[in-house]
Amino acid sequence: MTSYPQHSGGQSLAAQRRKAAFWFLAPMLAALFFVAAWPLLRTIYFSFTDTTLTNLYGGEWIGFKNYLSYRQLSSGRVIWKGTLVDPAWWNAVWNTVRFSVISVAIETVLGIIVALILHRNFVGRGWVRAAILIPWAIPTIVSARMWGWMLNDQFGIINDILLKLHLIETKIAWTANIETAMTAVLIVDVWKTTPFMALLCLAGLQMVPKDIYEAARVDGVHPIKVFFRITLPLIRPALMVAIIFRTLDALRIFDLIYVLTPNSKATKTMSVIARENLIDFDKFAYGAAQSTILFAIIAVFVSAYIWLGKVDLAGEGDR
Amino acid sequence: MKYYVQETCFYLLVLIIVIASVFPFYYAIITSFKAGTALFEVDYLPTSFNLANYAEVFASPNFIRSIFNSVFIASATVGFAMFLAITASYALARVRFQGRGLLLMTILAVSMFPQIAVLAGLFELVRFLGIFNKPWAMILSYTIFTLPFTVWVLTTFMRDLPMEIEEAAIVDGATPWQIITKVFLPLLWPALVTTGLLAFIGAWNEFLFALTFTASDTQRTVPVAIALLSGSSEFETPWGMLMAASVIVTVPLIILVLIFQKKIVAGLTAGGVKG
Repeated sequence: MTSYPQHSGGQSLAAQRRKAAFWFLAPMLAALFFVAAWPLLRTIYFSFTDTTLTNLYGGEWIGFKNYLSYRQLSSGRVIWKGTLVDPAWWNAVWNTVRFSVISVAIETVLGIIVALILHRNFVGRGWVRAAILIPWAIPTIVSARMWGWMLNDQFGIINDILLKLHLIETKIAWTANIETAMTAVLIVDVWKTTPFMALLCLAGLQMVPKDIYEAARVDGVHPIKVFFRITLPLIRPALMVAIIFRTLDALRIFDLIYVLTPNSKATKTMSVIARENLIDFDKFAYGAAQSTILFAIIAVFVSAYIWLGKVDLAGEGDR
Repeated sequence: MKYYVQETCFYLLVLIIVIASVFPFYYAIITSFKAGTALFEVDYLPTSFNLANYAEVFASPNFIRSIFNSVFIASATVGFAMFLAITASYALARVRFQGRGLLLMTILAVSMFPQIAVLAGLFELVRFLGIFNKPWAMILSYTIFTLPFTVWVLTTFMRDLPMEIEEAAIVDGATPWQIITKVFLPLLWPALVTTGLLAFIGAWNEFLFALTFTASDTQRTVPVAIALLSGSSEFETPWGMLMAASVIVTVPLIILVLIFQKKIVAGLTAGGVKG
């Protein structure tokens, strides 16, 4: 903020404001510590113990055993144990990465296309914008159920449409089949999240001054060239922020997969497998270790992205 | 001629976007009005208007209960977050102090937390406080995403208020508390409504914590109730009833979102794109 009027006792005014600011912030920070920092530290602590769900306080420190440990048999063979050599965990990591990369890529491209369309003035634009908000407004669990019904192998409308268009010959068990389960998840996620992407891109587009396009048109620049040379660089900051938010969301996905393709090896992500170990399989500490790894991955990803992209997330730069 | 081809293609694209957005919900509605064997015939247009599924949903006490649970939990969470966020965001938006940028980044980082990373620790906390299987468990755990979100959005809104208003109040000898309650709040109420609504939707839709911290059918929230709604066997999912329940919980949200359409778009984009 710029300086405040210097009237009598101007110095003490700033000090008084800082003091008030401290007391305004303290309750919020205390609450965040209580619900975020403390549970996170406890999760990390649990990951180094052998705590179980039924005996939360009886765990003992076992070091890195949940992550990686080895034992040498008398025959000289070395046996590795822990999450880091668990094929189920690596399968989940691979699923998560695959899901995140593909879904965010598709959503970004579709989001830009929808935003470009909405950016144009046409009859009924308001209605179209309202329509694309509907997928966003529907709770994820409800969309998972709705699409689960549409993708049903016997009575689903998607199979019916594809059969009528002769795109497939037999009905596909979209959610149950190992080969198509990930596609099903991707379809629902793209449907649900493209509106968010489109709205953020649209906000970026609306900040681009109109006379730039005017100048390009006068110079006779091809529209596609205008898009890649002018529009895209100008909306890049907005786009970067949208992509970060979406990627972080994708990396921690849980609800859609839990409901749409329960227990499918082809879609189980890091969050799903960690919760399974924590709560369902009574491998509490092991699940805590997996949660900690997911947290570390996301933390590294955020730092790298902010550092590499020089993204001004806080919007402080111009203030 | 070329112009008309282009225009036709454009409106065709618009039509595809609208159909793709609306169709799944439309299909859920027409399915919810079907009963018996009609359910298993694929129809593209409404064929029947049977309210049996809705009657069944409203006859289920646990489902009604879950709606009340969700309303209570989401309202309390939002109320609590707003209460803390209003003063905090004033401090973050209007007072210059050292480490403000870092603090803002930390708050943003918390809102990006993978919820699973705190699940084990929160589970212990919930057990320790004796609130497992009670609404308070959700109100406590939802604070992890509603509070950073409300602080963040309100901060960006407060930053945009003109400096002169505040300066005039300071010259009149108003304390920071008076500036917030007497000057800023009346100006900010549209932003408060938007932020509150978005936080409410977030809390209403939450699934992971609600699934983990509830154990009995009477304590479920709406998403968990819908996710766990199943027939006597895996192959007897009551699709008609499920679609009716989905429509019931979605219609109010869609109406709210459409009413506050413009404000919601502003609230959603307030976070990042201004940088």
